[in-house]
Amino acid sequence: MSSQLLIGLSRAMLLFIVAAGLTLVFGVLRVINFAHGSFYMIGAFLAYTIAFSLGSGPGGFWGALFLAPLAVAFLSLVMERFLLRFIYKREHLMQMLLTYSLVLIFGDAVKMIWGTQYKSIPVPESLSGSFIFLGASLPRYNAFLLLVGPLVAVGLWYLLTRTKVGKICRATATDREMVDALGIDSTRIFAAVFVLGGWLAGLGGALIAPTVSISLGMDVSVIISAFLVVVIGGLGNIWGALVSSLILGIGEAIGVLIWPQMAIVLPFLITAVVLILRPSGLLKSVW
Amino acid sequence: MTNREAPAGVAAGKGKTGLIIAAVLVGALLFFPSFVPRYYVYLLATILVTVLLANSLNFVLGYGGLLQLHHAVFYGVGAYAAALILVRTSWPFWLGMLAAPFVAAFAALLIGWFCVRLRGLYFGMLTLALGQLVWAVVYRWYKFTGGDDGIHGVPVPEWLSSINAAYYFIFFISTVSLAILYIIINSPFGLTLQAVRDNPARSESVGVDIKRHQLAAFVLSGFFAGVAGVLFVVLERSVSPALLFWNKSAEILIMCLLGGMFTFAGPLLGAAAIVVISTVVGVYTEYWLFVLGIILLAVVLFLPQGILGFLNEVWCKKQNKGVRGLDVGSCERNEVF
Repeated sequence: MSSQLLIGLSRAMLLFIVAAGLTLVFGVLRVINFAHGSFYMIGAFLAYTIAFSLGSGPGGFWGALFLAPLAVAFLSLVMERFLLRFIYKREHLMQMLLTYSLVLIFGDAVKMIWGTQYKSIPVPESLSGSFIFLGASLPRYNAFLLLVGPLVAVGLWYLLTRTKVGKICRATATDREMVDALGIDSTRIFAAVFVLGGWLAGLGGALIAPTVSISLGMDVSVIISAFLVVVIGGLGNIWGALVSSLILGIGEAIGVLIWPQMAIVLPFLITAVVLILRPSGLLKSVW
Repeated sequence: MTNREAPAGVAAGKGKTGLIIAAVLVGALLFFPSFVPRYYVYLLATILVTVLLANSLNFVLGYGGLLQLHHAVFYGVGAYAAALILVRTSWPFWLGMLAAPFVAAFAALLIGWFCVRLRGLYFGMLTLALGQLVWAVVYRWYKFTGGDDGIHGVPVPEWLSSINAAYYFIFFISTVSLAILYIIINSPFGLTLQAVRDNPARSESVGVDIKRHQLAAFVLSGFFAGVAGVLFVVLERSVSPALLFWNKSAEILIMCLLGGMFTFAGPLLGAAAIVVISTVVGVYTEYWLFVLGIILLAVVLFLPQGILGFLNEVWCKKQNKGVRGLDVGSCERNEVF
């Protein structure tokens, strides 16, 4: 039971890393980026390629963990500069459909490049095996995730509340015109935030790569989970995303224990209940 | 938002051209099966089902202005209801066919009840979450819905078993449904709905109960999506959870967008185009979704009003060249087709 809970918690951390990027982008750009899931999938596939071209030593995994998110961040920069920035003034539906068109394109592009076979990369030796924690057996890799999640949360907190760039980001989220009027180029802030979001998605993909079989379709399943996290937490609110990924991660872990067949329904049920009771999510939309 | 009053020339042209085109189309479709091979009859029947589905979405999306992101749910619920009734009960065929759209409408009432309390994006999010909830239940409830296997070999009566009979059945039902939708859109209710879309605040201040109108539109569109689902079962005699997965909804949305969301015929055109292109492209490559993505990208960037929306605008501007006092906006949402 408690090991199930700990694994659920580590899944929640991963979900948070991905959803944080999605909610950050929404909070500042007001765009729901469906392609966020594609970034995650591309991150995982890139991690596979990088890990194997760097060799099977410990350098492979750590190199992939460092390089894959950067590559995805670069991809998101290209997407923002060449496509997204032309449609900031359009209605939500158009923006959503633009990002959805990229889901389709990226999905098939990944199929062309990597093929349809499942891929996997080994967990590095220093993180394989498991140990006893609080009377429960916990895989080392999950413990690693339990450390990385809070690290990312603290990093984002520091960036957003303690640095000048973060303050400008929050100001842009609150009132873009005012930011422009003060002589700050808000489109560059948009680009920076979008790249950060892409990096987070890529990081999530690279982090999950050793624990699952990397496959097509990862994009769709993760974007829906991340979507639910963002909706429950309150659109654009990072701390809401943290709270709701914990709720969903732990809820799913318990759900699997109690009623395995219908555990898949639980996240949607939680979302529906939250939205019915609190239509705008648990926490306020903008920080 | 814009001046909705159509200039005189346009208003006169609207009814006539549309009616003639519709009559010619119906006539052509009526004689179609006598001339072409079976496969094309099947393809055309698929198009007719899809056309009804796309138009039922456009009713809430284009005319109602509601961000319905998961319309396929009602298509799927209608199809599953029909299949389950035919497989598991001894009800006569026609009763099953009649009941299934009402099941879809009831699902729409349940989901819509919660959704209409929200606005804009949140509305869209909740439709997506609740829709996926329905999908997840269908996907996992093996004992009742057959889970991810779906249901195959749904019994269809003798007189409907040939492809031509199925075609005429689908043709008749979807044409009648489209006509009803058209009448509803141009009825006082439909016009009020469009007023709510264009200016909710003003509509509310003249005493329109916004939420009630939106809920009614939501239920009606769910009903017609259910009808499309029933027709799907008649054609394919099987159902699967893919019918109500969210990428199906996205596909329908793309159809509406491609044809033109603020026109009645737009989704017809869009649905036909997408079905035909997917069939043709599918012959040459397995990367159909890549092509669809490129099409969608191009439409969003260069043709956001859709094909018919674009043609309408061009036509309207040409007709009213030199008319004084006509601002550019009045051609924006003008319906010729």
